[in-house]
Amino acid sequence: MARLNVNPTRMELRRLKDRLKTAERGHKLLKDKSDEMVRQFLVLIKENKRLREEIECEISDALRAFSLSAGAPLDVVQAIALPTLTATIEVGTKNVMGIDVPYMQTKREGEIELPYALCSAPAELDDAVLKLTALADKILHLAEVEKTCNMLADEIEKNRRRVNALEYVMIPQLNETIKYILMKLDENERSTIIRLMKIKDLEGNA
Amino acid sequence: MEKTGKIAVIGDGETVTAFLAIGAAVYKVTDEYQAADVLRTLAKADEYAVILVTENYAVQMEQLMDKLKQQTYPAVLSIPGANGSNGFGMKGLKRDVEKAVGVDIIFNDK
Repeated sequence: MARLNVNPTRMELRRLKDRLKTAERGHKLLKDKSDEMVRQFLVLIKENKRLREEIECEISDALRAFSLSAGAPLDVVQAIALPTLTATIEVGTKNVMGIDVPYMQTKREGEIELPYALCSAPAELDDAVLKLTALADKILHLAEVEKTCNMLADEIEKNRRRVNALEYVMIPQLNETIKYILMKLDENERSTIIRLMKIKDLEGNA
Repeated sequence: MEKTGKIAVIGDGETVTAFLAIGAAVYKVTDEYQAADVLRTLAKADEYAVILVTENYAVQMEQLMDKLKQQTYPAVLSIPGANGSNGFGMKGLKRDVEKAVGVDIIFNDK
């Protein structure tokens, strides 16, 4: 590991020792953060997986029911183009381990009812519409969880790079430089002592 | 911070029409280029909190979807079409796990 390019002085030594202390503390903190993020991520990703499996299944079901009704005499699009629900969501952000993740809540306006006359559309359409309406909340929840997972995964990766940079580059470099300065200072001291001894020797002989 | 957002759906005709029923804004597209255009515009608009994209288009817009993953809003989600899932959504989860943990420890049962 290459040492830093610094002058071997006492002042530099003190400065480097301070930096090493900070780096070690930062490394410990980041490592703890990483552990906690991974723990939370694992909880969330399991939920994410469960939700996604459920929803993929249900959406396919609902859509299949919908396409069954597509052959109806009445234009289906016309029938459902005026929904009784407006899908507005209250959105905010939530802080998870220092990342802003989305937080959503449905604001229900209107009752769940079929937006068309029952006699004008096939029964499969009722089924599809009701199923999808019931799914809306779940989809939002999935969106929230999946986004949180995405962002956590990104953050975990970034954090790991920081931890590794500190552990394998910064800290060894600082250690090496500190060692180098200590050696250099010791060496200087020894040479001073030897010089003094030599001078004394010469004086004694005279 | 309280705001309101809407749901948008991007996909082919039949799939998106169904989502009209839950009051989502729907965008019918016919190919992936159109889908990518619409997604880009919607993401910039700051009006929609959730954008659902049907899987067949999502697969072809992977890069764009990845880019959108990094910002808080909108949340872009892939949904299966009427003929079942092709596993794109699950693949995304798998990738996240690999990114975060290093190895896939959740989905290895398949």
